[in-house]
Amino acid sequence: MEISAEIIDKHGIKPDEYKKIVSLIGRKPNLLELGIFSAMWNEHCSYKSSKKYLRTLPTTNNKVIQGPGENAGIVDIEDDDALVFKIESHNHPSYLEPYQGAATGVGGILRDVFTMGARPIATLNSIHFGDQNHPKTKNLINGVVSGIGGYGNCMGIPNVGGEVKFNSSYNGNNLVNAMAVGLVKKNKIFYSKAKGINQPVIYVGSKTGRDGIHGASMASTEFNEDAEEKKPTVQVGDPFTEKLLLEACLELMKDDSIISIQDMGAAGLTSSSIEMASKGNLGIEIDLNKIPCREKEMTPYEMMLSESQERMLLILNSGKEEVARSIFTKWGLDFSIIGKTTDTKNIVLNFEGNQVANLPLSSLSYEAPVYDRKWKKNSNVKKVQKPDTISNYKILESFKKILTSPNNSKKNWVWEQYDSTVMGDTVKKPGGDSGVIRIHGKNKGVAITVDSSAHYCLADPIIGGKQVVSEAWRNLISVGANPIAITNCLNFGNPEKEKIMGQFVETIDGISQACRYLDFPVVSGNVSFYNETNNKAISPTPTIGGVGLIKDLDKLVSNNFQDINNKILVIGKTTGHLHQSEFFREVMDFDDGPPPEVNLFNEKNNGLIVKKLISKRLLKSVHDVSSGGILLALSEMCNSMEIGAKIKVPRNNIGLHEYLFGEDQSRYIVEVTEKNIKEASDILKENSIYFELIGLTQKESFDLDNEFKINLEELNELSLSWFKNYFNEN
Amino acid sequence: MRSSVIVFPGSNCDRDVAVALQNFNFKNQMVWHDESNLPKTDLVVLPGGFSYGDYLRTGCIASKSKIIDDIIKHGKKGGLILGICNGFQILIETGLLKGSLLRNKKLKFISKNVYLKVSNVNNKFCSKYGKNQTIKLPIAHNEGNFFTDDDQLKEFEDNDQIAFKYCNKDGFISSISNPNGSSNNIAGILNLEKNILGMMPHPERLIDPILSGEDGSTLFESLLKL
Repeated sequence: MEISAEIIDKHGIKPDEYKKIVSLIGRKPNLLELGIFSAMWNEHCSYKSSKKYLRTLPTTNNKVIQGPGENAGIVDIEDDDALVFKIESHNHPSYLEPYQGAATGVGGILRDVFTMGARPIATLNSIHFGDQNHPKTKNLINGVVSGIGGYGNCMGIPNVGGEVKFNSSYNGNNLVNAMAVGLVKKNKIFYSKAKGINQPVIYVGSKTGRDGIHGASMASTEFNEDAEEKKPTVQVGDPFTEKLLLEACLELMKDDSIISIQDMGAAGLTSSSIEMASKGNLGIEIDLNKIPCREKEMTPYEMMLSESQERMLLILNSGKEEVARSIFTKWGLDFSIIGKTTDTKNIVLNFEGNQVANLPLSSLSYEAPVYDRKWKKNSNVKKVQKPDTISNYKILESFKKILTSPNNSKKNWVWEQYDSTVMGDTVKKPGGDSGVIRIHGKNKGVAITVDSSAHYCLADPIIGGKQVVSEAWRNLISVGANPIAITNCLNFGNPEKEKIMGQFVETIDGISQACRYLDFPVVSGNVSFYNETNNKAISPTPTIGGVGLIKDLDKLVSNNFQDINNKILVIGKTTGHLHQSEFFREVMDFDDGPPPEVNLFNEKNNGLIVKKLISKRLLKSVHDVSSGGILLALSEMCNSMEIGAKIKVPRNNIGLHEYLFGEDQSRYIVEVTEKNIKEASDILKENSIYFELIGLTQKESFDLDNEFKINLEELNELSLSWFKNYFNEN
Repeated sequence: MRSSVIVFPGSNCDRDVAVALQNFNFKNQMVWHDESNLPKTDLVVLPGGFSYGDYLRTGCIASKSKIIDDIIKHGKKGGLILGICNGFQILIETGLLKGSLLRNKKLKFISKNVYLKVSNVNNKFCSKYGKNQTIKLPIAHNEGNFFTDDDQLKEFEDNDQIAFKYCNKDGFISSISNPNGSSNNIAGILNLEKNILGMMPHPERLIDPILSGEDGSTLFESLLKL
């Protein structure tokens, strides 16, 4: 079959890229080979636009065992335990088919974690939807939430948190970012790098079907009116098979049968076989007649490009085939020896006795195109005046408006559809600053959070990038954890546009600055470009997944007020930054101006001292101040519905709205008993940390000076009301 | 006290309940669904999860597993059987317990802590609870809406077969405290002989103060008292 310009274009390969292919392999590729190039060279798999900048991120510290480049990142959490984690996007499929798109997003990230030998112990996700009144929004939330639940619940992995956000920039492109965390013994980690020639290559898991063909290429272009037609590129998930695959893999991993292992994710068999062989600097030969197929008469092209789920590729120590086969057979899974490693440094595919493809692995991996795309500065926004009508807005009404907005309301409607207590080690469920999972059988735990602040990044990507990393750090500190490392999911529009590329470049700059300063490196992640429909891009949305260690769970601290008559302090200076705040955006419908700057020195100093106070057991409860400012943070601390607060705003010169709704960074609210107040204040003073007393805890209501008094039941109802009303569940 | 936790493909609370049993010093063993003989045991536990993906009716395929015949025999002889969540659904499918478990009323998965009233303490599973005590346990299911006809319900009530009912914090039973639409707020039922208990809530998940409660512990302590 002649490879026409039209066929090349349909594969998302640019004319000059095609020329490069021809020169790399010294001939024209056949259709199968072209398909393989298309799968490996697309943005999703090759990171061709982002690579240059991803390399600038800090990726090591003394806890990092494995940084980016493997199926997931790994950090040391002491006593021979290690944590394997990663976040990944499944945005495009979730827009086309919300249930399956979201479900397979969870499935894919879980495989990335258990591929490395870890048992998954928690999932989280960050999901973004369009405007609440957009006709697709309700259906997308329903589909995405039940898809995430459907997969994770069946797998029996607790969901411990995440975020659900709304903004019209996601009207044509919702985001589904799924994170998984697994636990492994340090000496039982499995990697994807192949070793040794003539070792058997094994296919296990589900059969290969015709679903998801060209999924990765689909996710590497924008949407237009014809988006619906791309539905067949979305894979269909089967969590039951994945659960069997998990158990079978972990069973086989108990001994030394496996040399290397990789899941078949984006670009399926193509990328897994190529990555394994090229990492090991080997070659690989596959007999496509050995691929277990779901449908009759599948062609080599379909087999290589299918993204059917729940499949793994293994390279075994030769002689271990039967041990492995018996385990997979016991779990009712397909097991097939499909080929072997070679020393040719080529991938060779055979079908019905003929060689149907033969490509040098280098042409598919490190010789793939890398672009240095043009970009335009987005940062350093001009200061704008605050509107002069601020004081017309009553405090109570503004507060209620924020509390009942989709972004700031409580997300119980979502959390309650995810099993959060399976595995019996969930210490902190979704809805707090971080989820906390106990390390099974021990008295230590891991804190996990995911955060994003797209509107800050849109206003100033450098500040936004710094802020979102700092926010994740703060959320870990707020439960008493030592922050260790992050994984990031970078969701942006079309990088071929200078403005979008600029958002990306500058966001990375901000993330990088904060990660370096806070010693909070990036160990895994992914980039999702082309989140754009009809030329309208999403706001730049870096999602940060952070993990931290709580060495002694007895020192865990609550995010909710604990007892009456305790003192409430705000730690960190409040200057009243209202630009990009919930007050300006939700209440006044004003979204100009820069986001709050993050002073990394203060961030680190305040955080480390709060952590010190927690470890000395001087704090009864802690919560960070983020979107919505002090007032929203206080109301969230009244969550137990038993203990509230009586607040008296300290004398200041910044105005009441600024004080209560300002979103200055690096601040915490803490509850301290009368007995501990002196010791706590002394430590804060010794470390030059600004703090002020703003009130006392009390029973049953949340009171603010002469402004309002709200019963806690009513407060709770208000914060739950948006979801209840939206889904008519009153 | 010997216990056997049956593992089906897709079980996912098997480890959790085994850990709980071991914490309470049960001599526990895991039994693969494909075995034909149940080992010597006092208690059989059918754990939660999604046996066979629950792609057909929940619990249906698991109820046809090889091991099930022996479990039915064990139950008919008066041996103890505890079915939790998917285990409850399997017990219904085997016919060891009557009624059916439909999809939750709002057609959504529900995962949260609920309050339960212990309605019957004259059985080996609940003897250490106080009569009408209010306890807190988590639920996590999609098909927990217990349904049966009025005659059967009356029979359950008359024979004191209802073990747990959903209630509010103060022990008050009403439709508001019913999370999934179950008839008469039923969360767990016993067979007529009271040696078989099926329940949707997960006692094995709340046996530790750090996990926000210990109300599940009492169930295991009751069983130990035998």
